[in-house]
Amino acid sequence: MLDILRFITCGSVDDGKSTLIGRLLWESKQVFDDHVSALQRDSARYGTQGEKMDFALLVDGLEAEREQSITIDVAYRFFATHRRRFVVADTPGHEQYTRNMATGASTSDLAVLVVNAEKGLLVQTHRHARIVALLGIRHLIMAVNKMDLVNWDERVFRQIVEEFQPLVRELGFLTFQPIPVSALNGDNVTEASANSPWYAGPTLLSALEEAEVDRGTGDLPFRMAVQFVNRPNQEFRGYCGRVASGETRVGDPVRILPGGTETRIRSIIGWQSELPSASAGDSITLCLENEVDVSRGAVIASAREPIELSDQFEAKVLCLTDQALVPGRSYLFRLHTQQAVASITAIKYRVDVKLGSHLAARSLSMNEIGVVNISTDRPVPFEPYNRCRSLGSFILVDKITNQTVGAGMIDFALRRASNIHWQAVDVNKESRGRHLLQNPACLWFTGLSGSGKSTIANLLEKRLFAAGKHTYLLDGDNVRHGLNRDLGFTEADRVENIRRVTEVARLFVDAGLIVLVSFISPYRAERRYARSQFAPGEFIEVFVDTPLEECERRDPKGLYRKARSGALVNFTGIDSGYEAPESPEIRLDTISHSPEENVQLILKELKLI
Amino acid sequence: MDKYLANLETESIEIIREAIALAEKPVMLYSIGKDSSVMLHLARKAFWPAPLPFPLLHVDTTWKFREMIAFRDRIAQESGVKLIVKINHQRIAEGISPFTCDSDRYTTLMKTEALKQALDEGAFDIILGGARRDEEKSRAKERIFSVRSAGHRWDPKLQRPELWNLYNTRLNPGETIRVFPLSNWTESDIWSYIEQESIPIVPLYYAAKRPVVRRSGQWLMVDDERFPLRPGEVPEMRMVRFRTLGCYPLSAAVESTAATIQEIVRETLAARTSEREGRLIDHDQPASMERKKQEGYF
Repeated sequence: MLDILRFITCGSVDDGKSTLIGRLLWESKQVFDDHVSALQRDSARYGTQGEKMDFALLVDGLEAEREQSITIDVAYRFFATHRRRFVVADTPGHEQYTRNMATGASTSDLAVLVVNAEKGLLVQTHRHARIVALLGIRHLIMAVNKMDLVNWDERVFRQIVEEFQPLVRELGFLTFQPIPVSALNGDNVTEASANSPWYAGPTLLSALEEAEVDRGTGDLPFRMAVQFVNRPNQEFRGYCGRVASGETRVGDPVRILPGGTETRIRSIIGWQSELPSASAGDSITLCLENEVDVSRGAVIASAREPIELSDQFEAKVLCLTDQALVPGRSYLFRLHTQQAVASITAIKYRVDVKLGSHLAARSLSMNEIGVVNISTDRPVPFEPYNRCRSLGSFILVDKITNQTVGAGMIDFALRRASNIHWQAVDVNKESRGRHLLQNPACLWFTGLSGSGKSTIANLLEKRLFAAGKHTYLLDGDNVRHGLNRDLGFTEADRVENIRRVTEVARLFVDAGLIVLVSFISPYRAERRYARSQFAPGEFIEVFVDTPLEECERRDPKGLYRKARSGALVNFTGIDSGYEAPESPEIRLDTISHSPEENVQLILKELKLI
Repeated sequence: MDKYLANLETESIEIIREAIALAEKPVMLYSIGKDSSVMLHLARKAFWPAPLPFPLLHVDTTWKFREMIAFRDRIAQESGVKLIVKINHQRIAEGISPFTCDSDRYTTLMKTEALKQALDEGAFDIILGGARRDEEKSRAKERIFSVRSAGHRWDPKLQRPELWNLYNTRLNPGETIRVFPLSNWTESDIWSYIEQESIPIVPLYYAAKRPVVRRSGQWLMVDDERFPLRPGEVPEMRMVRFRTLGCYPLSAAVESTAATIQEIVRETLAARTSEREGRLIDHDQPASMERKKQEGYF
């Protein structure tokens, strides 16, 4: 019976990955005649091999790739021998496309790491070895390519292998097979080469045919994440999903999380029939004994060994876009079929992909990998990634751009959510507000430096105070002298700055006060986060809409002058961006209205007095 | 069932269920061909015993083989699935046909333009299609969940990273997602699966004596009286079959005696040319599929 091997090719740019795949397809007779004639045409037009056929053109499918002779995006190729079927993810070698390489690795069981014999191990070689290890690949073949360019010198091959050997142990590869090859000429690809009499190991193709891989969920009990609740009528309610691990039989007791209900499997539905059992990999529909409330995102698990639930994790995270991952910012979090809101609470360290050492980091930039703490807005069922890929992997999605910005793998839960309870208190915000004869609220003033935020907020507080209201003003500069004095002006620090101020404002509002926050708060995402921490109607965004030229003209603290001269960096409006609010509750025009008029406008609008 | 095919099946069912669970208004593109037949079969398995929770959409150029249309209507009726048929009547009134304009322009107007209109009219957000990665080089690069910008355009350089089986279906205004549950199937997988599951397919896939003429080294079938014969051209009856189906003036037949599904599987495994060779629209220019896809073609 044929089985299937999914593998990835990786390695630095120009090491010949696409050529190697093209050669494998060619030699295993997977190239159709009309593709060969297209290849001959294309080789003449785009090829890098002169008169010879350029096998890389068989896989580099995008026009930009053919023009530049590089691989940009991961391509999936299929071939088969009489022993096995293969799905190859051919991935880019350029550093800026590392995320595409991680994409290919996420569904692969084995990696073919291509090394250029002439150049030896490069930074990208280390980087790719670490990324494939991080993504859970435990089987590695190293194709030392372009051996023809070093005259098939055995010493070159041995030296590269020896130099790489310590990494095999460090990264925990279970198998490691180095092979000297020439993809261009086909040596040791499918047939043993006469050029390497000193090499007695397998060819690349036979190594692929014989590799024993195991997804490693073998000892894990039954788990299935619910994808879809199938309810065509009142009589039928089935839970559709793909079994992530283990096996289940009709009658087995199960526990469903979150929720914690226990029941039994009433039936397992296949196609036009019922099944006695189902095991890992099967797409099935389960019916349960009792009417229970189960929705998409729940995990149905063996009652004997139920799945863990948590809202705090340690995880490895890879940043996928040029938008850095920063602590405090909230993202959409997708873990199996669950969706939650999550934020990185701390970056423990960033991994140096060449040396494996740990570096301190405030944020993670594109292609960087870090070990972080993640917190979700509610407990979710999970398995550690190294026990089960499909229940331990997640993505982070930006709420505004909707881009996939991060990919992560759960190491373990930092605490069991079930042990931490919110302490309910009897004296609450409403009773405090009634006592103070006011509706607690947070007025959030945002705008450029020098726009007039503090002047207006200060004047407003005086008016409120005079009218007997209980208020507190949080000013950006003042808070930075105390609570936030450890923070600078990088994007990561600005996010943390806002997170802390939001928390203080939220506590003050909870205490019944009317809180005025006067902060530049340049990012939409952070203002949106701040808003999300308050009850509906409690957060009032006041946009002090003064144009940059006017702020610069006023320059009350002389900061614009400093920034323009280069004495001040990361200054909003000059070398750091300001994202204007799209729909603030109140917009103030400070050019045609005086501060007094603007305060009147706010008071009238909000009926605070 | 073969273990490998069972694996493909279960993976595709997972993809279809994800697409439907995450969609607000899903639709499945149904082209009547063998891949559509397999995709429809998988979708029915995914939701059984419930009926399909989405309609099928067929973009009809009015130049499909007559047997295809008869098959389409029979399948829709028997399975009780809702079928939407979209025809670009305006372009037909303008006289656009595969005989009056080049295949590139014809495809843009009668297929791509009509498809975009139908998707806009239905306000569909997730669209299932039967494309496979082994069909063509630019398809090998496409994600399983592939985001299209407003105007249904595909930008190969702006594809979202797609890790594990986690699909990001968040959309900005005007964007849609095309989902390809058969991404990892090959042509021979499709045929083996049709055989093992006894899936009904259009009879044109089986060899039979059919009226054909020879043009540019390819056999074209004279399916109806609209086929303009050139001076001296006389249709001859030959044993032929089709590896892919589309508009009959643009789909070339291959000479074959494979009249059963077993014979087709055997022939496919031994084939030396790709199935798309018989598709005249793929060869207009280098990278022509990539360009068509960027414009919104499936």
